[in-house]
Amino acid sequence: MLETGFFYAFAALTLIGAILTVTLRNAIHCAISLIGSLAGVAGLYLLQKAEFLFAVQIVLYIGGIMVLFLFVIMLVNLDAAARERQYHRHWLAAVICTVGSGALITWFLRQGSGTMHLGQSAPELPSAGNVEALSDVLFKQYLVPFELASVLLLVAVVGSVIMAKKRI
Amino acid sequence: MSVYYTSLDHFVLLPVLLLALFGCATLLFDFWVFPEAHQRKYLLIFLGLGEAFAGWAYWRQGAALAINGGEISAFHGAVVVDHFALFFHWIFLITTLVVGLISYRYLEVRDEHHGEYYGILMLAQCGMFFLASGNDLVTIFVGLETMAVSFYVLVGFLRAEQRSNEAALKYLLLGGLSSGFLAYGFSILYGIAGSTLLNDISKAVASRGHSDTILFLAIATTTVGLLFKIAAAPFHMWAPDVYEGAPTTITAFLAVGSKAASFALLMRVFASTLGSARSTWEPLLIAAAVLSMTIGNLAAITQTNTKRLLAYSSVNHAGYVLLGVIAGNNTGYKGVLIYLLVYTFMNLGAFLVLTSLTRKGLAGEDINDLRGLMKKSPGHALWMLIFLLSLAGIPPTAGFFGKYFIFLSLIETGHYVLAVLGCLYAAVAIYYYMRMVKAMFIETEEEETPALSTSFGTQVALVVTGVMTLVIGVYPEPFVRLAQQSFQR
Repeated sequence: MLETGFFYAFAALTLIGAILTVTLRNAIHCAISLIGSLAGVAGLYLLQKAEFLFAVQIVLYIGGIMVLFLFVIMLVNLDAAARERQYHRHWLAAVICTVGSGALITWFLRQGSGTMHLGQSAPELPSAGNVEALSDVLFKQYLVPFELASVLLLVAVVGSVIMAKKRI
Repeated sequence: MSVYYTSLDHFVLLPVLLLALFGCATLLFDFWVFPEAHQRKYLLIFLGLGEAFAGWAYWRQGAALAINGGEISAFHGAVVVDHFALFFHWIFLITTLVVGLISYRYLEVRDEHHGEYYGILMLAQCGMFFLASGNDLVTIFVGLETMAVSFYVLVGFLRAEQRSNEAALKYLLLGGLSSGFLAYGFSILYGIAGSTLLNDISKAVASRGHSDTILFLAIATTTVGLLFKIAAAPFHMWAPDVYEGAPTTITAFLAVGSKAASFALLMRVFASTLGSARSTWEPLLIAAAVLSMTIGNLAAITQTNTKRLLAYSSVNHAGYVLLGVIAGNNTGYKGVLIYLLVYTFMNLGAFLVLTSLTRKGLAGEDINDLRGLMKKSPGHALWMLIFLLSLAGIPPTAGFFGKYFIFLSLIETGHYVLAVLGCLYAAVAIYYYMRMVKAMFIETEEEETPALSTSFGTQVALVVTGVMTLVIGVYPEPFVRLAQQSFQR
């Protein structure tokens, strides 16, 4: 019961943070809401007894990436951005689409959740074995995607430099 | 499960390793070996070497398959090389080579940088490898994102041009949305099977009933994600803007490479993994195919920008290829493979001619810029005629055989209405392709414009794509056999 309560609390934190991130006008406020959203995800990891992921989420995302975000915000001219109209005239259509597809997916999930037999859940691990279990999966079963992710990140880094530089 | 990275794993992964290494080498050696701007085009050597080594690795894989038959499965089933995957690997290789060959002159004209361009081109091909060969949801998804991120960068490569930036942003936002849908579908598939391996998912799907709501949700969201990637209606909105804004060479890469890779994934997922749930996904694909042909054809009629016109025509072609998947018998799948092979050559060729029209200070993207091409450069005009005839599906060009097998399979499986619709729309398509022909051959140039920008590379690529378009059309026998062999498992 308590766990369910925590789940809903963290889920609400994640969703509200995400919504505020895209709706708030001031970029600093957006960044702070994003921290809230990421913290909610970290809480969800904790509920799944993935302590290592929880720690990594906080250290990497909330710590590292947010600092980066704030740097970018400081370097970018904020006043001009804040004065601009944030929304298109079609925001009502967007809301209707989002709510509609959300309702549709919820309906399908409610209909079908009975028939969904998730694969056997992983055996509960002693908290000390968490990192070992993760690395076991990462470097054995998912070795190829793990290595391929480095190519993906390389492309992203090179791409962002190309986009940001005026003259290479 | 105790040994990891065996020699077999290495054998399967070798082409990607080589491509990634040569891609990184291009990024590294850029300034180091070629400090002068005019030398930068020699970076193409790295691309050529990378592709040559990758081709050698593919050839060895093909030889191993010919001896042992079946498939080579590596990394405990996460990556699979079979004739089907190899067929697509060769398409990617040809596409990347041709795009590289036509790019250096274009980059010089647009005054853009070379090194990163070729590097990312090869890294995108690494992503495509896993779309055709991946047999595990996580591997496939990371491969798809590698390809997609490379394309976001390449589409926005003309940084000085606003249209290019706009196209990149649009593609990034809509691509992110579609990836979200795809990831959602994949997560439900994982929930159904409890495994990310496609073979396990295939078994789990087969054991479930036909009117399964959760399976429908998984299939519907996966379909949305995949239809976006192949630019089929109603998820084609990004295509015209992105095709128009991107550098013309990248438009060719996007229209051919990205589409072929996504179709490889679509066929693997729908034909084999979700094959037992055909009654669930068939109506979705039929709707998408009919809509693609309708919207693609009708919207193409009024376009005046050649890149936009070809974008809508590519939406239309996606509809035809989907028809082959819908028919779903041996002829249908064979037809899809032939269509994609033919489409590679004819579409690359058409974009190649458009690339040559881009000169210093002249975008050359309007249909009026084709005026008087016959007088100015008869070679280009005649090759373009062949590509356009092929795109319209008129014999004796290759495009005819692509459409022929698709229609044949539709009739064999009793989809008469779809076959008739396809034929009618093929007739509509002739109109807008002929508009370009009319501009080239009948109309005359109003004012004097500079000569076409060609190079040794573009001429080689033009002859190769043109000759292949003709050869497949006149003597399709070996290519049909190749496609036939690629689909038999």
